[in-house]
Amino acid sequence: MNGGGWIEFFAGFGKKWDKFVDVFLQRGGYVKVLEGLQNTLLIAVCGLLIGIAIGTLIATVRVVPKYKRLPRVLNGICSFYVGLFRGTPMVVQLLVSYYVLLPLFGVRMTGVQVSVMVFGLNSGAYISEIMRSGIQSVDPGQLEAGRAVGLGFAPAMLKIVIPQAVKNILPTLGNEFIALIKETSVVSFVGAADLYVAFSYIGSNSYEFMVPYLVMAAIYIVLVMLISMLIKIMERSLKKSDRRN
Amino acid sequence: MIDVTNLKKSFHGVDVLKGIDVTIEKGDIVVVIGPSGSGKSTFLRCLNCMEDPTSGSIVFNGVDIADLKVDINVHRRHMGMVFQHFNLFNNKTVIENIMLAPVYVRCQELNRQRRRNLLTKVTNLFAKPERRGEPDKETIRAAKIREEARAQAMDLLKRIGLEDKANAYPSTLSGGQKQRVAIVRALAMNPDVILFDEPTSALDPEMVGEVLDLMKALAGEGMTMVIVTHEMGFAREVANRVLFMDDGRILESAPPDEFFANPKHERTREFLSKVL
Repeated sequence: MNGGGWIEFFAGFGKKWDKFVDVFLQRGGYVKVLEGLQNTLLIAVCGLLIGIAIGTLIATVRVVPKYKRLPRVLNGICSFYVGLFRGTPMVVQLLVSYYVLLPLFGVRMTGVQVSVMVFGLNSGAYISEIMRSGIQSVDPGQLEAGRAVGLGFAPAMLKIVIPQAVKNILPTLGNEFIALIKETSVVSFVGAADLYVAFSYIGSNSYEFMVPYLVMAAIYIVLVMLISMLIKIMERSLKKSDRRN
Repeated sequence: MIDVTNLKKSFHGVDVLKGIDVTIEKGDIVVVIGPSGSGKSTFLRCLNCMEDPTSGSIVFNGVDIADLKVDINVHRRHMGMVFQHFNLFNNKTVIENIMLAPVYVRCQELNRQRRRNLLTKVTNLFAKPERRGEPDKETIRAAKIREEARAQAMDLLKRIGLEDKANAYPSTLSGGQKQRVAIVRALAMNPDVILFDEPTSALDPEMVGEVLDLMKALAGEGMTMVIVTHEMGFAREVANRVLFMDDGRILESAPPDEFFANPKHERTREFLSKVL
């Protein structure tokens, strides 16, 4: 782009902005954006909650001792699951679920429902790894000391190891949430109306895409910054309990 | 009290213990010494099944705890353990560290009793009057258990002069203080024996004395102790038996005077000439 391009860009910006505001306010654009925002947050939050539930289950299976057959079989299943969901892109998982699995099982689900499900299953795989590494990064001596005073494996984990692991896990879980929010921008592939769909609507109704997409970027940034702020506050309060005298 | 017969342990095909036979009587203070890699820590950790023995038997108070079917948690409550790196629970205060196990064990008993009582009450609803069972009396409440454990923990802390640190977190203690708390944490369960895994090896030289003094005091009270250590002076002074281990075997076992004055085994002489 030469110098003329830059000047044109800034000279035309006011007009483009006016077009955007017109569609946004007068022609129902804000309703779409709010809807999109709602779907984006719904998918990310529900995905995270389902992911935490699945992740906790898988992480439990992965950290229990594997002397016996049952834990070993479960462990195999879990590592297959984690490998499957970490080894394929989210878009592929969405498309396969929506266009292959749903017709196959004859289930009727909306795009948003499918997205919540896939985001939950996908983040479950990642969260299980976050939790496993969080638990394994606690000094093994802590578990040993718990066992040495006569606690079983489960009570020693629950009373001593897990509370310490939570401090490692929570900040990383925040990052996972941020990643989920950003990844929701692909759910339009299965017809869920997220922020991208809303701003595309504004763009195609004003024949002008520059401003809508810039505003979309700004909304994502603000969302992510808000969440990182929350994470930081959380981290600080966790550290405080570390140093109490 | 502890009877070890032909104890063997291998890690991934590497034999670390190659057949240990030893008997530890009540009141014994057994010090285990030997070069690094000789298996002395593994031996100690096998004694409370921190490492499950590959073969052999460990009969503790009449029960073979090397048997995997035995509920090891019950027996570990009678065997304290003190670690090289203290391993105080970082998420608990000093006093909570000491109270944790006693409170847990007694609350577990209480809950078991409650479940039994509930079962009796439910079966009573259906049983004929003459066959109805009487629920056990619940003699103690959970709050009372905590209160008693706290009082006991406070007494133990007073003994080591750390009562002002009761509500501090372990991260604020010095190494010597941590290890002394770890020792009284083991004492809180009134164990029959305490296993020490190099209790002074991770300490500043300045702090070794306070820990050894506490261990000497315990020895004086007749506590049974098994100690893996490199403190030869301490071994000579406190032990009533010294075991020398090398290459997964016990080469020599003798009272300290005899052991240090005229070691019988060539390897022992070589080791002692290096460390004394």
